[in-house]
Amino acid sequence: MSEPVLIVENLKTYFDIAEGTVKAVNGVSFTLNKNESLGVVGETGSGKSVTMKTIMGLIKKPGYIPEGKILFHTDEFSKDGKKEYIDLTKLPPHQFTRIRGRHIAMIFQDPMTSLNPMYTVADQMIETIMYHQNVSELEARKRAIELLRKVGIPNADKRIDDYPFQFSGGQRQRIVIAIGLSCNPELLIADEPTTALDVTIQAQILELMKDLQNEFNTAMIYITHDLSVVAEIADKVMVMYGGMQMEMADVNTIFEKPTHPYTNMLLNCIPRHDAKKEDLEPIPGQPPIMLDPPNLCPFLPRCPRATDRCRKELAEFKEVEPEHFVRCWNPVADTRMEGDK
Amino acid sequence: MLKYILRRIILAIPVLLGVSIVSFMIISLAPGDFLDSYRLNPAVSADQVKNLEKRFGLDKSPVVQYFIWLKNILKGDWGDSFTYQIPVWDLIWRRVGATLLLSITTFIFTWGIGIPLGIYAALHQYSLGDQIVGVIGFIGLSIPNFFFALLFLFFAAKTGGKIFPVGGYISLGYDSFPAWKKFLDILWHVLGPMITLGTSGLAGTMRVMRGQLLDELKQDYVEFARAKGMPENVVIYKHALRNAINPIITALGFSISGLLGGAVLTENVFGWPGMGQLIIEALLQQDIFVIMADIMLASVLLVLGNLIADILLAAVDPRVRLRLG
Repeated sequence: MSEPVLIVENLKTYFDIAEGTVKAVNGVSFTLNKNESLGVVGETGSGKSVTMKTIMGLIKKPGYIPEGKILFHTDEFSKDGKKEYIDLTKLPPHQFTRIRGRHIAMIFQDPMTSLNPMYTVADQMIETIMYHQNVSELEARKRAIELLRKVGIPNADKRIDDYPFQFSGGQRQRIVIAIGLSCNPELLIADEPTTALDVTIQAQILELMKDLQNEFNTAMIYITHDLSVVAEIADKVMVMYGGMQMEMADVNTIFEKPTHPYTNMLLNCIPRHDAKKEDLEPIPGQPPIMLDPPNLCPFLPRCPRATDRCRKELAEFKEVEPEHFVRCWNPVADTRMEGDK
Repeated sequence: MLKYILRRIILAIPVLLGVSIVSFMIISLAPGDFLDSYRLNPAVSADQVKNLEKRFGLDKSPVVQYFIWLKNILKGDWGDSFTYQIPVWDLIWRRVGATLLLSITTFIFTWGIGIPLGIYAALHQYSLGDQIVGVIGFIGLSIPNFFFALLFLFFAAKTGGKIFPVGGYISLGYDSFPAWKKFLDILWHVLGPMITLGTSGLAGTMRVMRGQLLDELKQDYVEFARAKGMPENVVIYKHALRNAINPIITALGFSISGLLGGAVLTENVFGWPGMGQLIIEALLQQDIFVIMADIMLASVLLVLGNLIADILLAAVDPRVRLRLG
């Protein structure tokens, strides 16, 4: 029943800069099935965006991948119906253009700047469709208009010839989504696509993405630091900190049984309607800079549950119950958020 | 768009009027006038000076002089040069050809080399090539033009004037040359001042182009174009460069205003009969009508250059185009 589209194994992305090596992604592993959506949560600098850019092959010097595999499945590369995976870390850059946009699409945070201001929406959509699908310009245009209708742009056949700046922020994000889905990719990576939008528009866009995901059968990775968005859209949640996974489980487990102290504290610092709280509890301290980090838990300096063992060795990313992984020596026991009482 | 252009042209009239008043005032404020050298000359009698004052209108107050000048201009008469005793425009017109030839070739040299080098430097940021290009640019920028010109002439003379001519505008036997050779001869002579002026302007163009392109390459839409799977040359040349070129095009419009300015020092060293020398001479001798005509010419070009820059920008940038309607 489960059909993995993407298998990431022990992925690492380092950046060699003058001051040393920044270990932006430090051993990330996960599996994503068809039609499944994964929410990736973490603070700024936790490595979530870099992980996704690595999958997209968008890491440039001084960044490199010292270790790990990104196995991706698409029918285009599998011969005779046999299921085969290609390792994206070994794909030469010029071949990546066959993957990007065609099989893995990505949507960025700020719709105001994602589109080129100098070209019409039609131009930017048609170039993508024509490049990947080998169709005539007329046919590409037809498809583009169809897509714009689907994402809810009124008068799509006329508005397609407008420039990006003639659309509102929400509409631009819809256009970006339409471009992302234009070649019916197996995987859609959304990097905080609603962060730059106001709350009402945010809800609309999330709704739209969920609908489209079902319609196109796309697997989705949704990067955010907004846990309410995760609750809304994800099946599975991965919590990242300092380039490592801290916890990964299905969305209900994360919200009901947060086991890692970091997840726990994250949930304690957002308002929730199902748990009354007088004060939100911010996590003290700053996220770390991953410059030549010691091989220890990156959350250690801020962790209230740190033990002597934490200062000596790094915990494994262990499966504590089926499909629930945690990296911690001293996990929060069963109780739902100690702060609640 | 037509309405916009018309409005801009009408708005230019008070600007030009203002320029003429201020510059006339400043020239008049300078002590003395054109006839001072006659006054100090014992061979010229006081009566003669008086006569000349009357003839040139220098006996009247500066305000009256200005209005006479303005009235004549509206009739199309820009006055005569005191020094040469010929109409100002005849004088300027003789220099226009050489000036334009120099400024246009310099322009092509600077932009034709500066833009590709800037693009190269941006695409290979911090590479050896980028550093070399930068150093060459700054050497050009740092060497004063007159000194570079002297070095150039020294080189030309050392090589016997075979590779480059040793200054001047035309060769000795110019009059006997057939038409095509005349043309080539002038082009050959323009090389010296062109390279001198061009290398000093190169750094600016190059750095602007490099900086612009680097800025654009960091933009989200460039990353998004990559994420769409566009090949790298489409990403760079279609998406990034198209945006990076906008300020360059504006600068291009501005440089129109400098076309007839002339380059005093370089022209002087190379013996190039351009506008720069004429202006300096006129300024030193307080040949007021020549100065005024030149200032007005420069102002008109400046206004026109700005307008052309805006029109060009509207032509390339849809945001500007749609705002102007």
